[in-house]
Amino acid sequence: MNQKRSIFLLSTLAFGIAFLYIPMVLLIFYSFNKSKIVPIWGGFSTKWYVELFKSPEVWDALTLSLKIATVNACFATILGTLAGLALVRFGRFRGRTLFSGMISAPLVMPEVITGLSLLLLFIWLQSAIGWPSERGFSTITIAHITFSMAYVAVIIQSRLAGMAQDLEEAAQDLGAKPLRVLTDITLPLLAPGMLAGWLLSFTLSLDDLIIASFVTGPGATTLPILIYSRIRLGLRPDINALATIIILVVAIGVLVAGYIMLRQQKQRALDMQMTAEETP
Amino acid sequence: MAEALDYTDRPWLDPEAEPFIKVQSVSKHFGDFTAVDSVDLDIYKGELFCLLGGSGCGKSTLLRMLAGFETPSSGTILIDGQNMNDVPPYERPVNMMFQSYALFPHMTVWNNVAYGLRRDKVPKSEIQQRVDEMISMVELDQFAKRKPHQLSGGQKQRVALARALVKQPKVLLLDEPLGALDKRLREQTQYELMNIQEQLGVTFIVVTHDQEEAMTLSTRIAVMDTGRFQQIGTPTEIYEFPNSRVVANFIGNANMFEGRIIENGPDHVIVESNDPKCEFFVDHGMSIQEGTKVWVALRPEKVRISKESPANSSANTIRGMVHDIGYLGGTSTYRVQVDGDHMIEITSPNMMRPRDASPPIDWDEEVYLSWDASSSVVLTK
Ligand SMILES: Nc1ncnc2c1ncn2[C@@H]1O[C@H](COP(=O)(O)OP(=O)(O)OP(=O)(O)O)[C@@H](O)[C@H]1O
Ligand SMILES: [Mg+2]
Repeated sequence: MNQKRSIFLLSTLAFGIAFLYIPMVLLIFYSFNKSKIVPIWGGFSTKWYVELFKSPEVWDALTLSLKIATVNACFATILGTLAGLALVRFGRFRGRTLFSGMISAPLVMPEVITGLSLLLLFIWLQSAIGWPSERGFSTITIAHITFSMAYVAVIIQSRLAGMAQDLEEAAQDLGAKPLRVLTDITLPLLAPGMLAGWLLSFTLSLDDLIIASFVTGPGATTLPILIYSRIRLGLRPDINALATIIILVVAIGVLVAGYIMLRQQKQRALDMQMTAEETP
Repeated sequence: MAEALDYTDRPWLDPEAEPFIKVQSVSKHFGDFTAVDSVDLDIYKGELFCLLGGSGCGKSTLLRMLAGFETPSSGTILIDGQNMNDVPPYERPVNMMFQSYALFPHMTVWNNVAYGLRRDKVPKSEIQQRVDEMISMVELDQFAKRKPHQLSGGQKQRVALARALVKQPKVLLLDEPLGALDKRLREQTQYELMNIQEQLGVTFIVVTHDQEEAMTLSTRIAVMDTGRFQQIGTPTEIYEFPNSRVVANFIGNANMFEGRIIENGPDHVIVESNDPKCEFFVDHGMSIQEGTKVWVALRPEKVRISKESPANSSANTIRGMVHDIGYLGGTSTYRVQVDGDHMIEITSPNMMRPRDASPPIDWDEEVYLSWDASSSVVLTK
């Protein structure tokens, strides 16, 4: 009985993992394919990686994507935090319900609609005030901020709701003016949430294809746009190489984050133990 | 010639003393709900004042209005003669110790305690000295570098106390300060609190729903019920002379009898109760109509229990049968069934070992209960 169940569990696990990882393994495998035609194995080679690094197009797209992702993450974190604070801490102000509904709208809005409406906005602005004169870095960044900010606001909101308000009251009681309370108590306690929001915004921006294609102009190609446009002409081994590098970077990021969290947990457990031992 | 009275320990009796905190017909509404209902309260410098009452009666709300976290819906609060209505929490001369301690989790114990002084721009060397002193007063020297999550409940509570006290506030508000502690630590800390209060002369307002704690700690107690004060007085006054059934039942135990005034003399009243049938002779006069419906409260420890009929009168005596005996070590509790199925509770000290007492009182034995004319309290509401 027990034996049977463990076999069943094991095969489910194996199937699940295979389902998740076979596509990626295939991708990595074919990135080392010597042959130019993807499904045919022509021997091991790293020439696609070399080619990739020699291609200025790829470098440009990568730098643009990273620039947009970084600027987006910073602005989205600041604005999203402010919005989250306003929603949770400043009580019942006029239009609070409307505001809170509106802030989460981008989360459920189809990306095509968001992209289209932003494109309309930029075109309208251009004819009205002459800005933006051309679409590219700034328009994509602004577009990304609008939806990343919504995610940050939601994260911050949930963290604030879990954070007892009496800490802020205690700080006020000890003589801290509201701004001091924000910088001394609220923000430090929100820092993990803000970091999570930053990372989320960064990745959201890095892998957005749809909205970016709507609001970009002729001069600006982000990495996802580049990959997509090349793939449309057929599978290509150099794109496989690019994707493999991205997978590697993400994997390292996840491992580092996991390691840091694990170490914090261990430290906490150690602290607790120490306390338990010292108190009679 | 009138004797010069010493009011130092009882400033509320001094007609000339000016209250340090004046709460004047303060109400607080949350929507339709009235949490605090037009209360008046005078608290004098150096008092250790307890707010006592059941859950949800508005104690925390009143305290939060004193600290400035809630604005009164109506009425005024004066502290040291200054109207507090428009003064924000960070400018009030009060500090609060929170029910949850509210220690800053990202700061060490030392920095938690120093926080208030830093906000007041106290010079660095003075901060160092005052924080160190305060931390050794609450005996936390070896924990100064710890973060709050590395402390036990009792240690956290002492940090919270130190953090509130180090600013030397004129008033310290404590919301159920000892709620999370076990009995031994609780008693020790009660003692510490009283010591600190005497040393520093701070005015304490303590919220609690533990009546024993209130009796031990306070100079005066206010018993609160559904947003109003039922009675304000010293622990003795509240215990010995409760002014209503609510107070009598809330503070300690009381046997309650419903009856009617049948005789009203200048120095005594007689109350007749029908269920159980019994007459109470009370040795103080009352300005009350004969025939009025009243209640008589009788504390369990003020009733004598014996197997022989008391020699004197028939009033203040009742016969019954022992239904239950609870041995509590220092005292024993008897539940005696009188006149039908009415139960009266009696506690009596075990001066001798129960076996050696002569004659021992046992289950289902017939006994006589009696009390003094000054023991019972007549209540009109
Ligand atoms: N912000 C609020 N909004 C609505 N109702 C509130 C609010 N704060 C308190 N109340 C209500 O006011 C009443 C009094 O609350 P309060 O916290 O003062 O009770 P308490 O006497 O401190 O009780 P406890 O002993 O349980 O702490 C309660 O019925 C509570 O539900
Ligand atoms: Mg409370």
